[in-house]
Amino acid sequence: MVDLALDSALGPPSSWIAGLKRGGPRLWVGAALVSVLVLAALLAPLIAPHDPLEQDLMSAQLPPAWVVGGDLAYWLGTDSLGRCVLSRLIYSARTAVAVALIAASLAAAIGIAFGLIAGSFGGWVDQATSRLIDVWMAFPPVLLSIVLAAVIGAGLTSVIAAIVVVDWTRFARVVRAETMVQLQRDYAAAARVIGLSRSGILRLEILPNLIPLVVTLLAVEMGIAILVEVILSFVGISVAGDTPTWGGMIAEGRQIVYQAPWIMALPIGCIITSVIGFNLLGDGLRLVLDPVQRR
Amino acid sequence: MTAALSVQGLQVAIGTDASSANVLRGVSLDLQRGEVRGVVGESGAGKSMLGRAVLPANAVIAAGTIQFEGRDLVAMPEPERRSLLGRRIALIPQDPMTSLNPVKRVGGQIAILLRHHLALSKRGALERAAELLAEVAIREPRRVLELYPHEISGGMRQRVLIAMAFACDPSLVIADEPTTALDVTVQRQVLQLVERLRQRHGAAVLFITHDLGVVAKICRTMTVLHAGRVLEEGETAEVLAKPRHPYTRALLAATPRADRPAEALRPVPPALIENLWSEAHRLDRLVVAGPA
Repeated sequence: MVDLALDSALGPPSSWIAGLKRGGPRLWVGAALVSVLVLAALLAPLIAPHDPLEQDLMSAQLPPAWVVGGDLAYWLGTDSLGRCVLSRLIYSARTAVAVALIAASLAAAIGIAFGLIAGSFGGWVDQATSRLIDVWMAFPPVLLSIVLAAVIGAGLTSVIAAIVVVDWTRFARVVRAETMVQLQRDYAAAARVIGLSRSGILRLEILPNLIPLVVTLLAVEMGIAILVEVILSFVGISVAGDTPTWGGMIAEGRQIVYQAPWIMALPIGCIITSVIGFNLLGDGLRLVLDPVQRR
Repeated sequence: MTAALSVQGLQVAIGTDASSANVLRGVSLDLQRGEVRGVVGESGAGKSMLGRAVLPANAVIAAGTIQFEGRDLVAMPEPERRSLLGRRIALIPQDPMTSLNPVKRVGGQIAILLRHHLALSKRGALERAAELLAEVAIREPRRVLELYPHEISGGMRQRVLIAMAFACDPSLVIADEPTTALDVTVQRQVLQLVERLRQRHGAAVLFITHDLGVVAKICRTMTVLHAGRVLEEGETAEVLAKPRHPYTRALLAATPRADRPAEALRPVPPALIENLWSEAHRLDRLVVAGPA
C-alpha cells in the first residue's frame, strides 16, 4: 500500500493583512477620504473654528484667507451673512454622514432580504418581487424623494426614509440575481445534500458569497445617499433651515456666484470628494473581502 | 436484516411536463449493508441520476420506491429526510473543484456539517474536523482548516470532501464519480482512502463511475446501466470474467488494458447502441400507452 499522506506544499493561511495589501491604493485613498469625512462629522464641535450659525455682517463675503482681502480668522472665507464657510462645511458633514450611513444600511438590509427571498424561492414569489422592483424603478428616484419628503414633512428622518424607499431596489435586484447564480453552484447542491434547510443554506453558504458584492454596493449607495441629500437640501426640503448642509450652501452660493464663487465651489468640492471616497473604498473592500481573486 | 438501500422500479424524468425526458426507466437495485456496488455505464446512462434520486436533487420521481434501511425516502417528510442526509446517507461529489464553498475556510465548512448533525460547539467541531482530516491522511490538518479551498490542491479537496462524507458515520455513501476530475496517481490514493474509511465505518457504498478498472479494484458487486435500464448485475469478478449481456461484452472490449495491444481495442458497435435505445424508447411508449 502506498503512503497515502500528502506532501504538497501548503501556502500560508490567507491573513487579514494580505487581504489589505490586495486592496491597493484604491482602498487606502478611499479609506482616507471617508475617514476624514467621518472624523469631521464626529468632531465637528472641536475642530470647527467658529459657530456655523454665528453671523457677522461686518465681515460678509470675505474670500478665503490666501486671497487678497481674506481674513486669517476665516480660512475659507465667509458667506453673505458673514458665517464661517469652513465651519459650515464641517457641520454639514454631520448630516451627510448620518444620512449616508443610516439610509444606505437600511436600504441594504431591506434589499438583501427581498433579494434573498426572491432568488431562493423562485416561482411566483420571484415574479411578484421582480415586478414590484420593476415598477418601483420606473419612477424617477429624485422626484419620488421630493414627493415623499413633501408628504412626510422635512427633516432628517424623512430624507432617510426617502432614500431607503427608493434605493432598496438596487440591492434587491443584484442580490436576487447573485443568489440565483450561487444556488446553481455545486457547493450549494452539496449543502442541500448534507441536509441543510433552505434558510441554513442561505445564511451559512450563500450569504458569505454575497458579502464582497454587497459591501461594494453599500459603499456606492452611501455616495448616492449623499447626493440625494444634497439635492433635497438644495431644493430646501431636507433638514430644518438653520442646519448647515452642502446642498443648502450651494443654493445660497448660487445667488452670488459671480461675487463670491467659493461659497458655491467649496461644498461642491466636498461632495465630489466624499462620493469618490466612498466609491474607491467600495472597490478596495471588494478586493479585500473576496478570498478568491477571480471576481 | 433490511438492505442498506433498496430501489424498486425507479422511473425518473427530468424537465417540465411538456418536454420531460425519461432518464431512468424502471431501475431496481439492492445494496446490502457494507456492500460496495459499482454502477457503470456510458454518459447519459442515468448513473448519476440514480445517485441523485436518492438525494433530493431536482429529479422528478415518476414511479418506484427508494428505501433506506427499510424506510421509504420518497414518501418521507422533508425534515426527516434532511436529518438523514449528510448523517446516515452521504455523498462524495464528482467535482472537488466546485463542491466546496469558495469563500469559506475548509474548517468552517466541515464545522457547518458537524454542528448541523452532531450539535457540537464551534470549538468542538473544529477539533473533530482536524481529526477527520488526519483520518484522510492530510498532514498538518490544523493548518489546512485555516485555508480556503482555492489554496489547496484538487486531490486534497477531494480528501476533504471524503472526510466530510464519512464525518457522521453514515451507513450509505454515494460516490458520484469521485475520481473523474483527478489524475491517475491521485485517483488511486482517493480510491484507497474510500476503501479504508468504508471498512472502518462499515458503510455501504454506491460507486458511480464509467471506469471499469475502478470497479474491478474496489467493488464487490456491479450493475451495468444503459439508457436508464439495468442490463446486467452480479459479482464483479463474475461479470467481468463472463459477461452475459452483449453490451457488457462490448464495453469490456472497448476498455484499454495494459496486457493487451492497443489494436485489440474495439469501440462499442453503433448498431448495438441503436438497438438498446430503440428498445428503451419502445418501453417509454408502452408506459405512456399502458395504464389506460
